Amino acid sequence: MRSTLKFAVPLAVAALALGACGTKGGDTPAAGGSGGAAACQNFKIGMFGALTGPNANLGIYIQNGVNLALDDYNKKHADCKVTLENYDSQGDPTQAPALAKKAIDDKKVVGIVGPAFSGESKAADPAFNEAGLVTITPSATATKLSSNGWKTFFRALGNDDTQGPAAAKYIKDTVKSTKTFVIDDASEYGKGLADTVRKDLGSQVVGNDTIQQKQTDFSASVTKVTSSGADALFFGGYSPEAAPLIKQLRDGGWKGTFVVADGVKDQSFIDNAKDAAEGTIITCPCVPADVAPDFQKAYKAKYNEDPNTYSGEGYDAATILLDGIAAGKDRKTMLDFVKSYDKKGVTKQLKFDDKGESADIKVFAYKVEGGKIVGSGEIK
Amino acid sequence: MQNLIDNFFSYTITGLTIGAVYALVALGYTLVYGVLRLINFAHSEVFMYGTFGALWVVMLLGGKPGGSVGQVIFWVVMMFVAAMAMSGLIAVILERVAYRPLRKRNAPPLIALISAIGASFVLAELMGLRSRVAGWVGLDDTLREYVRNSRNNAGLPSIISPQPIFSVGGYNVTNVDLIVIIGAIAIMVVLDQFVKRSRLGRGIRAVAMDPEAAALMGVNRDRVIQVTFLVGGVMAGAAAVFYMLKIGITRYDAGFILGVKAFTAAVLGGIGNLRGALLGGFILGLAENYGSAVVGSQWKDVVAFVLLVLILLVRPTGLLGESLGKARA
Amino acid sequence: MSTSTGTAASTKQRRLGFKERVNNLPRAVKILLWVVFAVFLFMLPLLNIPFITTEGSDFGGVLFTVATYVLVALGLNIVVGYAGLLDLGYVGFYAIGAYTVGVLSAEHAKLSWVVVVPIAIVVAMVSGVVLGAPTLRVRGDYLAIVTLGFGEIVRLTLVNSEWLGASRGISDIPKPPGVELFEVPSIDWSSGAPVVDLDTTSTFLKFGITDFVPYYWLALGVIALVLLFDILVKSSRVGRAWEATREDEDAAELMGVPTFRFKLLAFALGAAIGGLSGALFATKAGFINPQSFELLLSILFIAAVVVGGAGNRWGVIVGAIVVAYFPERFREFADFRVLVFGLALMLLAIFRPQGLLPPRRTVRAKRADARQAVLEEGEASA
Repeated sequence: MRSTLKFAVPLAVAALALGACGTKGGDTPAAGGSGGAAACQNFKIGMFGALTGPNANLGIYIQNGVNLALDDYNKKHADCKVTLENYDSQGDPTQAPALAKKAIDDKKVVGIVGPAFSGESKAADPAFNEAGLVTITPSATATKLSSNGWKTFFRALGNDDTQGPAAAKYIKDTVKSTKTFVIDDASEYGKGLADTVRKDLGSQVVGNDTIQQKQTDFSASVTKVTSSGADALFFGGYSPEAAPLIKQLRDGGWKGTFVVADGVKDQSFIDNAKDAAEGTIITCPCVPADVAPDFQKAYKAKYNEDPNTYSGEGYDAATILLDGIAAGKDRKTMLDFVKSYDKKGVTKQLKFDDKGESADIKVFAYKVEGGKIVGSGEIK
Repeated sequence: MQNLIDNFFSYTITGLTIGAVYALVALGYTLVYGVLRLINFAHSEVFMYGTFGALWVVMLLGGKPGGSVGQVIFWVVMMFVAAMAMSGLIAVILERVAYRPLRKRNAPPLIALISAIGASFVLAELMGLRSRVAGWVGLDDTLREYVRNSRNNAGLPSIISPQPIFSVGGYNVTNVDLIVIIGAIAIMVVLDQFVKRSRLGRGIRAVAMDPEAAALMGVNRDRVIQVTFLVGGVMAGAAAVFYMLKIGITRYDAGFILGVKAFTAAVLGGIGNLRGALLGGFILGLAENYGSAVVGSQWKDVVAFVLLVLILLVRPTGLLGESLGKARA
Repeated sequence: MSTSTGTAASTKQRRLGFKERVNNLPRAVKILLWVVFAVFLFMLPLLNIPFITTEGSDFGGVLFTVATYVLVALGLNIVVGYAGLLDLGYVGFYAIGAYTVGVLSAEHAKLSWVVVVPIAIVVAMVSGVVLGAPTLRVRGDYLAIVTLGFGEIVRLTLVNSEWLGASRGISDIPKPPGVELFEVPSIDWSSGAPVVDLDTTSTFLKFGITDFVPYYWLALGVIALVLLFDILVKSSRVGRAWEATREDEDAAELMGVPTFRFKLLAFALGAAIGGLSGALFATKAGFINPQSFELLLSILFIAAVVVGGAGNRWGVIVGAIVVAYFPERFREFADFRVLVFGLALMLLAIFRPQGLLPPRRTVRAKRADARQAVLEEGEASA
């Protein structure tokens, strides 16, 4: 009997405790929201992407850009600072929905930079759409993302369909390749791009191969490329694979032109591939750095290195949201603000069409020369 | 298929070079399995630390393309020294921290796997977080070049530029290919002799055959186990040098997939069997390359695993059987 | 040796003490306690208890993930704990379950959820038999690498097969049919004391996009069913056959236990439960791609089982909670999460080598051990 009491007493106490305290909500409207317009709202913006784990590189490059934009804003609005809320998905679509819910439940969050990858976008964006929380992705390029009817989806860069044809055009007209080899990394991004290039180049494609992400030994691909007699190679993928791939190709004696897309446009590609990176052509729907030297300088001052892939897009996406906050927008009114936004950013003219795609995408070609990525003009 | 026939030698020789790396890493799995009957899941990280040892010593010595012959030899020798020391050290620490306490408590074998998985995470993450680790000890400025972008690739300057030496069936065999294949076989021969002839090698074989009888005969089991880990680590260090010469780029998680492959190679040849590891490594390297040629590179790993299953169905203990203990005296 | 048996014995005593006390309670109180516990589990995502609730991610979503891990751990426990087969490719079955749902309800057909989930279980089970039939003849550690290979083959097939959506994955997987019965309010603690919050509610069994609590309830129900099944099977002839096989395969075979067939059965049942949890995952996520089925997940699953105590169903549940919940709870460690997790695994291996809740080996096995010890002693003294 004594033991019965031991269990029963705490239970009764717990029940009483619950009963004793009141309820909230229900009929009464929630507090806040209707406060004075001048009062500081302590708004936050969210950064949604891989900040830890194996895919963290890209997320951190974006976060660096976002933080730079925040610094700019908070310097100007020292009395009402905006803070950054990180939603670290590790790039994993499994974790994404719960994080999205967390962001949605935090009413101070008025906009999201991200989700960074296409996979997690598909997992999280339906929830953002239902909740009406604006997302501006600085890096997810899967073309189909914009055709799901998500009202809150915006993309601060070109999708795979804008870059693929430009890359094909460049290979045909400027590289003047007659025998092109195409490799993709089986990722949504890489395969999407490579398939577009394959289609546009048609019969001049002399061979295809597919590698896997995280693969490091490319000897079979090297043999395929060299034996095909290709004078140019298009690789759809990211720099962690592009660097060892071109290094092993050059080691294997291949002399053709290596053409890649924006997933490879970062300093780490050159740092790791070293001399083998020389002469690589990189296409990117982003304005060359010399157009925005201030951003370049500020970034270097803060992080002691040059802006990396999608840092500029991250900066731009955050700037749009911050401009919205400066204009007194909240979560609900942010949507229309972003829709009608039209300003020059560090990467491009920031303006979205009715599907949420960047309206004005120009694809530029870059070339690796002397260990630097230098612009070599727009691909028209 | 036609592509494979046309470029048969190219696929074969490049397959052998990566096979040599698999084989050397597989030795670590096989040695530990032979002595302790457990899968040293963290061996992949031992290898990964070796790649960084090799990389850092070249950076430290200012290695760059176009050095004189003497310089290049010096750099490569130093790569071996650094990678072997690094991997050997990590392997010994691993044994002390992750395995010995369990052995003292007579833990079930499965828990050793958990300890090894934990150790593997810790080792990989420490490397992935090395910029932070350097920050804790206040060396992040001094070591900047060595620790920056610690989650990203780190590339080795091509201190040896591959030069064709001779040509086989249309494939130009390069100096790097030769160094890797010949070097790996030479190291295997040395190891084989060490296990066969040296006093410590006899100890290893004795413990592998019957730990209790060996202990009764005065073999210090803990010491033998430690030496086994050290030897396995040194082999992984050698593999790391060959890997860096051939691939040239490493990363904090570079060990994982390679470790799985090397373990596959060890099982393929018969785990616990030194020559089996060599054979398994080369076969796996070749199979992957031939498979890539015929069905496309994306199916490379599938080819490797299907081959493993097929061989195990025909020979349940691998090609050469399990026999570290029974290696001919 | 002596220390380890010593600690094991003392924990057993403590546990027995607790158990006895519970057993001595009147029947009505026992039932009441169970009901209270069930209601507590049911309400957990809405109670928002401070400290337990995850700060960095939605608690309902996290609890659902924990529930899928619990389900997976129960399935894998049959394979690893009961039958003693080391399976490093369990994620393969999980993926097969999820993709069966994806393919049949979104990608290539529009079957209803009620039809698709049983199909997913059957497909996973069949794949378990197909993998097991040739490979279960190889022993111990070989099986580990073969199953690991299987997991990778499944993932690579998903990545490289257009028919299965390749890296693009499968989107718009339909939700289960639901009914909107009543709303359950949540508890708000922001003022320091618990307050019933009528604004934040979950609708009972409305499977939407932004509320994961109903999915958690669904998963809880499934776990209860699987647990019941597990208890029945374990205490049947099949459970005893598994135990005999695990303890000594040759002896079991000699005593007339068809060990291969029972191993295959364990593999198939484990695969079926893995497929079921994959199916639940796909339902809740609404989107799947190969990224959610990486090899690392297999290793986490194994860790859940071994950490909890392979062979003890309550143990593996605890293990699954540890593995799935702690990384989410301690998000503030951010970049150090994996590092801390690795350290925790190492420490656990040293200090709780039998798992958090070690399996109680049955009386038979213990008696056999005692007999063995007596025999060995006799040999030594002879």
